[in-house]
Amino acid sequence: MKFKLNVWRQANEKSAGGFEKYDIDGITNDHSFLEMLDVLNEKLIVTGKEPVVFDHDCREGICGSCSLVVNGHVHGPQEAATTCQLHMRKFTDGEEITVEPWRAGAFPVIRDLAVDRSAFDRIIQAGGYVSVRTGAAPDANSILVGKDVADRAMDAAACIGCGACVAACPNASAMLFTAAKVRHLNLLPQGQPEKDKRTIRMVTQMDAEGFGACTNHLECEAACPKSISTDFIGELNRDLASAMLRARADRSFTGG
Amino acid sequence: MRIADKREPTEYEACMSTRALSLTHTTIGKKMVMAISGLVLFGFVIGHMLGNLQIFLGPDAINGYSHTLHSTPILLWGARSTLLVAIVAHAVTAIGLVRLNRAARPVAYVSKKDVATDYAAKTMFLSGITIALYVVYHLAHLTYGVTKGLGYQHLPVDKNNWPDVYHNVVHSFQVPWCTAVYVLAQLALSMHLYHGAWSLFQSLGLNHERYNETIRSSAVAVAMAVCVGFLAVPIAVFFGVVK
Repeated sequence: MKFKLNVWRQANEKSAGGFEKYDIDGITNDHSFLEMLDVLNEKLIVTGKEPVVFDHDCREGICGSCSLVVNGHVHGPQEAATTCQLHMRKFTDGEEITVEPWRAGAFPVIRDLAVDRSAFDRIIQAGGYVSVRTGAAPDANSILVGKDVADRAMDAAACIGCGACVAACPNASAMLFTAAKVRHLNLLPQGQPEKDKRTIRMVTQMDAEGFGACTNHLECEAACPKSISTDFIGELNRDLASAMLRARADRSFTGG
Repeated sequence: MRIADKREPTEYEACMSTRALSLTHTTIGKKMVMAISGLVLFGFVIGHMLGNLQIFLGPDAINGYSHTLHSTPILLWGARSTLLVAIVAHAVTAIGLVRLNRAARPVAYVSKKDVATDYAAKTMFLSGITIALYVVYHLAHLTYGVTKGLGYQHLPVDKNNWPDVYHNVVHSFQVPWCTAVYVLAQLALSMHLYHGAWSLFQSLGLNHERYNETIRSSAVAVAMAVCVGFLAVPIAVFFGVVK
C-alpha cells in the first residue's frame, strides 16, 4: 500500500510548526499505524533527515502513551481503540492521511506529534490516590465491596490517561479524565476518607492547568479508547457540589 | 521555648480554604450557574408561551391577562427582577466560559472532525446571542412600543383601557419581516432550549444511565413543543384564524 502523509512537524514548544508531506510505499495491511510511522522514520534517518517524533510505549492499547489525531479523528477512525491498535487496512491504498498532535493549551507540543501531558500527572498528584496503612498485607476481602460498585469503579479506572478526551473536546476540557479518576476512588470504600478533599483538589488543579469547561458535546466519550461514559462527569459535578457544601458547613463550624 | 500561638493548618484545612472553595470559582460551578439560571429562563419561556396562546381565546383574554400582570406590581416586578438576575448570571457566566474555552485551545486543528456533538451544542453561544438581541428588539417593540414607524400599527390600549396586546400581535405578524425575525428567533430559541434542557441535568449531576435517554428525548419534545407553541400565533395570523 502507498500513502500520502501530511504530518505536523514542530521543532519545539516555542517554534511555529507546519505540515510536511511525505510519500510512503511498501506498507502492508498488517502494519499498525505506528509501524507505518516507524517505516517512515527509518526512511528519513537513512536520508539524513530528522525522524518524526511521536509518543508510544506498550503498543497494545493499555499504556496511554500514543496519541495522534489521524484524518481529524482522535486516535484515528477506529472506535474505542488507541492509535497503536489502528491498522493500515482501515485506510484505502493511495489515501492522503493527515496527522496532527493533541491540540490543547494545557498539552504543549514537545516536538512534532509528542505533547506534554504532565498536566494530567499534576491532577493525579492533587488527589488521585488513597492513603493506606503500610506494613503487612491486609487480609483479602477484609473490606467488602459490592459487585455493582466494584464494576462501576472498574469502568472509571479503565482510563489510561491518554488525553484523547481533551484532544476531542471542542473546549479542550479534561472533565472526562478528571471525572474518571475522581469517581474511580470516590466509589470505593478505600476512597471515602479523602473523598471531598480529593474532589475539590483535583477539580481545582484541573482548572489551574487551563483546560476548558465541559459543554456536554460528548465528543470525549466517542473518542475515548476505553469508552468511558460521560455519566461520570455528571457524578463528578454532584460530588463537587456536595463536597463544597460540606466544606462550607465545616468552615462555619470551626469558624475558619 | 516558642509557643505556637497559631498551629499550622492541616493539609485538609489548607485545601478547604482555597479560593476555589467557592463553587462558582470552578468551571463546574460555573456550569451549574448556567444550568440553574437557564432553568429559570426556561420556566419563563414556557410561561410566556402559555400566556401567548391565550390569543386564541380572543382579545379580552390576552389583554386582560396583560392588564392583570401590569396591575399587580409584585407579580410583574417579582418576575422581572428574577429574570434580570437570571439573565445577567447566564450571560456573564457564558461569556466567561466561552473565553476560557477558546483560550484552552490556542492552536486550532486543521483536520478535526466532529463525531458525537450536534449543531445545537456547537451553536449555543450564537443562538444565545441571537436570543439576547431578539429580546432587546422584542421589549422595544411590544413592551415599550418604541419601534413605531417600522411599518406596523401600534395601539397602546383597547376599549377596556387594557394594553391591546391582541391587536399589536396581529398587526405585527401582518408585516413579513417582523414575522421572519420572530421565526428565526424561535428556531434559535428551540435549539438553545434543546441542548440546555438535557445538558443542565448533566451539569447539575442529575444524570443517570437509566434516565439519560428519557432526558434526551424529553428535551427534544419540550423544545419542539415550545417551538410549535410560539409559532402557532404567526401561523394563525397568516391563515386569518386570529385577526
